[in-house]
Amino acid sequence: MAKSSELREVLTSPVVNNNPIALQILGVCSALAVTTTLETAVVMTLAVLFVTAFSNLFISMIRNYIPNSVRIIVQMAIIASLVIVVDQVMKAYAFGLSKQLSVYVGLIITNCIVMGRAEAFAMKNKPFPSFMDGIGNGLGYGFILVLVGGFRELFGAGALFGIEILPLTSNGGWYQSNGLLLLPPSAFFIIGGIIWAIRVAKPDQVEPKE
Amino acid sequence: MEHYLSLFIRSIFIENMALAFFLGMCTFLAVSKKVKTSMGLGVAVIVVLGISVPVNQIIYFNLLAPGALDWAGFPQADLSFLGFITFIGVIAALVQILEMVLDKYFPALYQALGIFLPLITVNCAIFGGVSFMVQREYNLLESAVYGIGSGVGWTLAIVALAGIREKMKYSDVPDGLRGLGITFVTAGLMALGFMSFSGIQL
Repeated sequence: MAKSSELREVLTSPVVNNNPIALQILGVCSALAVTTTLETAVVMTLAVLFVTAFSNLFISMIRNYIPNSVRIIVQMAIIASLVIVVDQVMKAYAFGLSKQLSVYVGLIITNCIVMGRAEAFAMKNKPFPSFMDGIGNGLGYGFILVLVGGFRELFGAGALFGIEILPLTSNGGWYQSNGLLLLPPSAFFIIGGIIWAIRVAKPDQVEPKE
Repeated sequence: MEHYLSLFIRSIFIENMALAFFLGMCTFLAVSKKVKTSMGLGVAVIVVLGISVPVNQIIYFNLLAPGALDWAGFPQADLSFLGFITFIGVIAALVQILEMVLDKYFPALYQALGIFLPLITVNCAIFGGVSFMVQREYNLLESAVYGIGSGVGWTLAIVALAGIREKMKYSDVPDGLRGLGITFVTAGLMALGFMSFSGIQL
C-alpha cells in the first residue's frame, strides 16, 4: 500500500501541475465542444471521471494477465463497455442532456485521456493508486471544462446553470451579452488563455524555443 | 447527384470535422508542426474515414438498429446499445487490415504513412464521423460521400494549420503562449474563418 502523501500527489498533481488538457494535450476535442453551458460541462466531467477512474481500476486489476500484444484491444473493450454503461444511464435518466451532448458521450471512448492514463499509469501500478490517478485526471479535465463552461455561459448568456446572473439587455437588464462566446471558436481562445495563465504561474512548463 | 454534391461540399466546409465539431483535435494540435507530415496523416484519415463510415453503416443498419434483425426472425431485437463497442472494433480492425494491405502491396505509401496509421484508431474524427452517420441515418451512398468529404475537410484544416505554424516559427510569441497556447489561438482564428461558410446552401 502506498503512503497517503504519495496518493495525494497522484490525486492532485493532474489538476494544475500536470493538467491533461493544458500540458499533455489529451482529450481536447470534447473539452471544446461541450462547454457552451456549465451544465453540459459538469455532466461531461462526471462521465469522464467515472470512465477514467473505473477503466484505470479494472485495467490495473488485470494488468498482469493481459498479453502485451493485444493490450490495446483489451483496454478498448473495457473502456467501450464503461462508456456504454454511461450512455445508457444518461439516456434513461437525463434524456434531454444526452441529446445535447449527442455524439460526444460516445467520443469518450476515443478520448485520449482515458487511453493515455490506462497505458501510462494503470498498466504499471496497483489498482488503488490507479483508481486515484483516474480520479485525479478526471478532475484535471473537469477543472478546465468547468472553467471554460462557466466563463462562456456567464458572459455569453448572462447565466450559470441556466439561472440568470447578469440581467440581459434583451430582457430589460443592463448586460449586453457577448455572442462570440457562444460560438465554437471562443473555446479555443479561452483554453489558449488558460494555458497562458498556467504557464505564467509555472514557468517550468514553458516550451523551449525551436 | 446534386444531393450528394451538396453533402460533399457541406461536409468539407460547413461541417468541418476539425474546426466546426472539434473532432480529432488531439492529433490536430500535436501533429501539425510540419506540412509534410500533416499531409500524410490527412491522407490516412481520408482513407480510413472513407472506408469505415460505409462499413459501419452496413453493420449498424443491418444488424444493430432496432428492428434490423427482422430478416433473421427477430423483429423485436434492438442491439443498438452495442453500437459503440462495435464501431471501435470495426475501426481498429480496419486500420489493422489497411496497415497489412499497404505493407504488402503499396510499400511506398506504407512508409509515408508509417507511424500515423495505428494512431488513427484513437482519432476521434473517425469515431465522430461514424457516430454522426448513425445519428443522421445516412444511406450507404450518402455515408461514403460523407466519410470522404469529412476526411478531406479535416485534411484541409490540418494542412492549413501546419502551414501557419511553419511560418509562425519566425515570430516572437510571448513565453507562456509559445507552443500549445498560440496553436489554440491560431486554431480559434481559423475556426472563425470557417464559420463564414455557414449558411451556404447548394
